[in-house]
Amino acid sequence: MQGNIACAEGALAAGCNFFGGYPITPSTEVAEHMAKKMPKMGRTFIQMEDEIASISSVIGASWTGAKAMTATSGPGFSLMMENIGYAVMTETPCVIVNIQRGGPSTGQPTMSAQGDMMQCRFGSHGDFSIIALTPSTVQEMFELTVRAFNLAERFRCPVFLMSDETIGHMRERIVIPEIVETKNRKPLEKGKLPFEADSDLIPGFPVFGEGHRVHVTGLTHNAKGYPDTTNHKIHSDLVKRLVEKVESKRHEIADYDILNNDAEIVFLTYGPATRTVRQIIKDRPDLHIGHINLRIVWPFPEEVLSEFKSAKVFIIPEMNLGQISREAARHTNVPVLSLPKLGGEMHNPKELLLAMEEYL
Amino acid sequence: MRHEVLFSGFGGQGIILSAVILGRAAAIYDKKYAVQTQVYGPEARGGASMSAVVIDDEEILYPEVSNPDIFVIMSQQGYEKYGMDSSDDAVMILDSGLVFSRPKCKNLPVPATEEAKRLTGRVIVANIIMLGAVVSSTGVVSREAIEKAVLDSVPKGTEDLNIKALNAGFELGINGGKLL
Repeated sequence: MQGNIACAEGALAAGCNFFGGYPITPSTEVAEHMAKKMPKMGRTFIQMEDEIASISSVIGASWTGAKAMTATSGPGFSLMMENIGYAVMTETPCVIVNIQRGGPSTGQPTMSAQGDMMQCRFGSHGDFSIIALTPSTVQEMFELTVRAFNLAERFRCPVFLMSDETIGHMRERIVIPEIVETKNRKPLEKGKLPFEADSDLIPGFPVFGEGHRVHVTGLTHNAKGYPDTTNHKIHSDLVKRLVEKVESKRHEIADYDILNNDAEIVFLTYGPATRTVRQIIKDRPDLHIGHINLRIVWPFPEEVLSEFKSAKVFIIPEMNLGQISREAARHTNVPVLSLPKLGGEMHNPKELLLAMEEYL
Repeated sequence: MRHEVLFSGFGGQGIILSAVILGRAAAIYDKKYAVQTQVYGPEARGGASMSAVVIDDEEILYPEVSNPDIFVIMSQQGYEKYGMDSSDDAVMILDSGLVFSRPKCKNLPVPATEEAKRLTGRVIVANIIMLGAVVSSTGVVSREAIEKAVLDSVPKGTEDLNIKALNAGFELGINGGKLL
């Protein structure tokens, strides 16, 4: 099965019942597969007029209680930025799939890249936190899409599946489990205000059409949901809560695997490069290479770096000019070597072995 | 053992589908591991199209082909772009009516497009003839597996046509002697 199809299947298994999107290479197969499957399952697929409308439809659908998603790539992702902030501010659960291609602008439509890793984190204006998952196999395209929905439901924030052309268009055997664990958003309890957070910093969700009268706005709002845009404390408390509801749980959200934590040379990867590192570890056991594979990049699980007590260097191959390398570097005193690669191809084993040489 | 199979031809010959079928045969029916990739860009439509399959008994980590041991070439342009630098111990199955060059490595010219026209009147099954020849001359997947994978992948109503082409390919491959 193709990676993009596995993503669509994962969404369906997770209970996604609304897809609003605008096809764009190299993400098109996600929309195509959803368009084929959803009507037969009594779920809603809408091809919108552009990506701004796509993300808007997803947010609207989510407020009716739907598990909603869209899928896009660089140029479409840029168009979605404003309303991603709206989803953050209104605490709307939604899943946004970005099958990354070469940018900036229309760039390399058919080639692979990871250039939007910072854009998903900081692309919309204002301070906020989101969650971003990064699959490195077709199986993980399925599993992490399911996980993305469950995280969106729990944390009421946009959750991003940040994949790339390499994994999106690759075909591999996958096993689809009979039963997939799914989570639903916490409903608003009677007597509580719609934006009154519980101890987990997350308010219950008042689904439209179930008797709630709720005002939903991107303006700074009080617990009732009404705009209150000049009160310092209300704004500060709200924005801090939106950040803290995710950041305070980042150890719980973290999803990574580590290998050889006594190694001196340690690779940190997410997405395709994970496979290249695993290849050189298999081919060259004599080099005793350490490895961190992140399945969730945001929130960045900085604690993983300190598990490598003997590390002399963290080498970070990325299909961008070092976006996550910079993030890693600010959490450790160990030197971080960025190994950027642009042009559309994943790192090959030779390049990684060459980068290691000066540290051997 | 890791096999890297590279397919090239021109857009419309079913180069990508060939790789999908071979990968499916290996991964689903022979219970091996397989990863299929392709060149996806606009030059692949009408120009030299390329797709690849890695087949292994163990989990496939690095998914790209770096040194193919089996080439399946169906156009001169495809040969020039992807087949010319084949290593000496690789093997190449080529459509003899469409590829005029011959590599240094062991190779098997198969008149796939001519046979497709002669046998079925449809050149569209030339890629399936090539697949038959690949399987019988290299044994990279089993005959049963490729048959099932072909049947899974072709449009309804064309099963007989494709199995006929596959069998013709088997014969052409066997007659050429074992390559691997």
